[in-house]
Amino acid sequence: MSRSNPHLTPDHEAFALAVRTFVAREIAPHVEAWEEAETFPRELYAKAADVGLLSLGFPESLGGVPGDVWYRLVATMELARAGSGGLLAGLMSHTIALPPLCALGSDELQQRVVPQVLAGRAIAALAVTEPGGGSDVANLQTRAVRDGDEYVLHGSKVFITSGVRADFLTVAVRTGGPGAGGVSLMLVEGDRPGLHRTPMKKMGWWCSDTATIFLDGCRVPASNLIGSEGLGFLGLMHNFNGERLGLAATAWAFAQICLEDAVAYARERQTFGKPLIQRQVIRHKLVDMAMRVEAVRAMVFDVAWQVEQGLEPVAEVCLCKNFATEALEFVAGEAVQILGGAGYVRGARIERIFRETKVLSIGGGASEVLKDLAARQLGY
Amino acid sequence: MKILVSAKRVSDPNARLAISKDGKWIEGDVEYILNPFCENAIEAALQLAEAHDGTETIAVGIGDDETARFIRQGALARGIDRGILVTADEAEIDSDLIARIYQGLAYREKPDIILLGKQAIDGDSNQVGQLLAEYLGWPQATFASKIDIEGNEVIVQREVDGGLETLALTMPCVITADLRLNEPRYASLAGIMKAKKKQLDELEIDDLELEDTDAKVEIVGMSTPTGRKAGVIVKDVDELLAKLHNEARVI
Ligand SMILES: Cc1cc2nc3c(=O)[nH]c(=O)nc-3n(C[C@H](O)[C@H](O)[C@H](O)COP(=O)(O)OP(=O)(O)OC[C@H]3O[C@@H](n4cnc5c(N)ncnc54)[C@H](O)[C@@H]3O)c2cc1C
Repeated sequence: MSRSNPHLTPDHEAFALAVRTFVAREIAPHVEAWEEAETFPRELYAKAADVGLLSLGFPESLGGVPGDVWYRLVATMELARAGSGGLLAGLMSHTIALPPLCALGSDELQQRVVPQVLAGRAIAALAVTEPGGGSDVANLQTRAVRDGDEYVLHGSKVFITSGVRADFLTVAVRTGGPGAGGVSLMLVEGDRPGLHRTPMKKMGWWCSDTATIFLDGCRVPASNLIGSEGLGFLGLMHNFNGERLGLAATAWAFAQICLEDAVAYARERQTFGKPLIQRQVIRHKLVDMAMRVEAVRAMVFDVAWQVEQGLEPVAEVCLCKNFATEALEFVAGEAVQILGGAGYVRGARIERIFRETKVLSIGGGASEVLKDLAARQLGY
Repeated sequence: MKILVSAKRVSDPNARLAISKDGKWIEGDVEYILNPFCENAIEAALQLAEAHDGTETIAVGIGDDETARFIRQGALARGIDRGILVTADEAEIDSDLIARIYQGLAYREKPDIILLGKQAIDGDSNQVGQLLAEYLGWPQATFASKIDIEGNEVIVQREVDGGLETLALTMPCVITADLRLNEPRYASLAGIMKAKKKQLDELEIDDLELEDTDAKVEIVGMSTPTGRKAGVIVKDVDELLAKLHNEARVI
């Protein structure tokens, strides 16, 4: 993809190459086994830190390496080349857990948490979604009640990526009245008494640890409050564009893999005496797939460029994420169809990607919700 | 201590190469990578520098601006302190001239160790380290699989047929790296950012005042490997065995 992105400098390409080598050496050979085992080794975080994947985009004072949006994009695209969205989500869960802390948290709290996560020595997760609702964040029910120098937390969270083994959780809680203004963010250490977590089984993203979390009178020091009371929503907003653009880039990379695998198969596979790729029906399918892959690529690059210019393209990012994930649903479906039975059995990359399409359309803002947001932003 | 280390780019072994019209070089949209054996040499230099305070490491590349990119991103981004690019047309230099260029650099920089890849995976000549040691009159250890420094000696384990050989060299010396020497680290993001600001000097071959700059090897022609011949389909195992025995003579 590098050659077709005019924004990339030799430095971006050098980083892309380093990540590609890391993926080829540390991930690709094991990813099938990790998916089946529904986990990946903790040591992978430290290895990812060595190549600079974890520190990317965070302030230098906290052990980060600030890099522009293209570094983040090439990192996502290269990691996605391993064909496991679960690995990407699990390995990079700090990219949604830490930005609110870096934006609003006290120096003491930041220094205590961020450097060790960026060094791959601790795992961070973000816990917002609840059994009662994910899209309607302003209505969340988990309560934190002040008691002297502590807060006492009651409630539950679901679908939390890296939730079972996270050492630090950025938890959205209600400290005030109803609505968005009553929401705060609290840093909860994984070993606090009163924090219970259990793994969830899923359609896809198998190697990613996804948790149900119960907070049963869990006490945390008041100094664990991120920023001040009522700033929770503001904190979460620091995630939105980055996360959504990242999901769009992932969808692009997966669609590209599906296209490549489908083309390769269609060239080899003979039916009724001819290679599949010579059938017009199949050629047109491939072209329809390629058209979407190209369109998504152009849109991702354009929106990333807007982000880089500091334009805060909220509606555009929503459209981009929806367009990319819809395109992936189409492309992955056609790829499985072209491979026939071979696309349905375990072991083909596209089989896994097909199972992972839905989570991209649901997580990080479900399509319907992003459409509403985009419509409001566009003044419709 | 001062270590000079090689950073040569090579054509990507997975790329499909086209041969130029005069039949003497490659052309087209060639993808390059850093020579894997140079990656081992760079890693070894970094490990020695980490173990011995005050060590300066310098990466050397010979070629054009593209080569400079490999010095910066393959060597400086991994942690090598500075770089030297000797500008030259890669099609016009042979192993002997490269060895002489390193000889000239050795006189300028006075390193304690020159660490090279045992060979470049494109030309596969495996000559520069040996020629260089000869021209400098320094001890050499080729195909190193382990390097330690003890006092003023470098203890090098070499891979030889049927086993390992351990040599003690006095510095200054020339060492060439084998694949099993180490596992090269990644160029980290922080390293890539820092590499931008590191010193990379550019020299011409003339600046080195070499006595002899003639190429000793002339490429008279290149050709692509002949394609695989069509196979035959045998009727049964007996026929296969007969063919293996009588025609291929492998059983
Ligand atoms: C694998 C996985 C990992 C996840 N990781 C995390 C994590 O790390 N941290 C975290 O906090 N959350 C995480 N989530 C949760 C995710 O963010 C939510 O699933 C998502 O926000 C949607 O919330 P919900 O599932 O409760 O669906 P709901 O909000 O109940 O929505 C259900 C459906 O209704 C639609 N809908 C909702 N409201 C409207 C409306 N007003 N009009 C029309 N349609 C509407 C939605 O678009 C969706 O299609 C994860 C989810 C998955 C599947």
